[in-house]
Amino acid sequence: MPARLKLFLPLIIFAVLAVFLVKGLYLDPQELPSALIDRPLPAFTLPALDSDRTLDKAAVTGKVALFNVWATWCITCRYEHPFLTQLSQRGVLIYGINYKDDDAAADKWLQDLGNPYKAVIADRDGSLGLDLGVYGAPETYLVDADGVVRYRQVGVVDEKVWDDVLGPLYHQLGGEGGQ
Amino acid sequence: MNLPRLLLLCCILFTAPVYAVVETYDFSDPALEQRYLDLSQELRCPKCQNQTIADSNAPIAADLRKQLYLQLEAGASDDEIRQYMVDRYGEFVRYRPRFGGMTTMLWLAPGVLLVMAALVAWLSLRRRPGAAARDTGLSDEERQRLKALLGDGDRKE
Repeated sequence: MPARLKLFLPLIIFAVLAVFLVKGLYLDPQELPSALIDRPLPAFTLPALDSDRTLDKAAVTGKVALFNVWATWCITCRYEHPFLTQLSQRGVLIYGINYKDDDAAADKWLQDLGNPYKAVIADRDGSLGLDLGVYGAPETYLVDADGVVRYRQVGVVDEKVWDDVLGPLYHQLGGEGGQ
Repeated sequence: MNLPRLLLLCCILFTAPVYAVVETYDFSDPALEQRYLDLSQELRCPKCQNQTIADSNAPIAADLRKQLYLQLEAGASDDEIRQYMVDRYGEFVRYRPRFGGMTTMLWLAPGVLLVMAALVAWLSLRRRPGAAARDTGLSDEERQRLKALLGDGDRKE
């Protein structure tokens, strides 16, 4: 009896809509898929924060590493900093990208709070950030030994993010330390 | 006008630029400026959920506007600039996404829905012929009364 079935049509439409809407409640709209996943780290030549030398892509690739985009104006970065320090003490290789920041302030930050970075790239005008598709700080990129971007974490890297996502990927790619 | 008032007036006059969040660029060619306006309305700020880079005063939107300006002045085509943005921020930055792949459904859905709605309308309307012209079900007497009642209402105003 199709006539009676037709009566259920609104209910069916409602149910389908409800499923999508409920799912939508649990999606994070801030989570943007990075355009760079599985693509090589963009080439760059930028000064290092602590010295007069310049850093380029070749200088920071070759080993699996995290690239942490941070700045002193970024309050969440300060929150994230202790865990990064802990990770680096556990032997995880982390490079810093000091994004649109003041060198002196960044130096002071590292002196006061400790330096978890193998080296810090001073991206003063945000050009590397732009090529990476950074739209805020902190962001953290997982780059493999071939210099290919494998994962991007938008927002804080904490114990949970490391244990659930970043850590397993890091080890799967052959990263050292972090146990 | 006394001096304090004059000072106050001057202060008010000169505060306007403070409120201007969007920087201005000097273009070498008015055509470039028009393209800048069009493109900045079409590109989406990656940080904000639903604002164009022209709308937003997020730092990243300002960076992208600057990039847009520099590339326009350097002679890049609209497509090159769009591609530059998509390469970095993904399809998300385009308010007018390209056709194909993931966006096929997005582009086709309005047309499909329209055809479906027309079909449903046609099917259900076809089943009641002359529905629009159907008699209101009132007798002549009732119609007269209705007229009188409505006319009555008019007179009172």
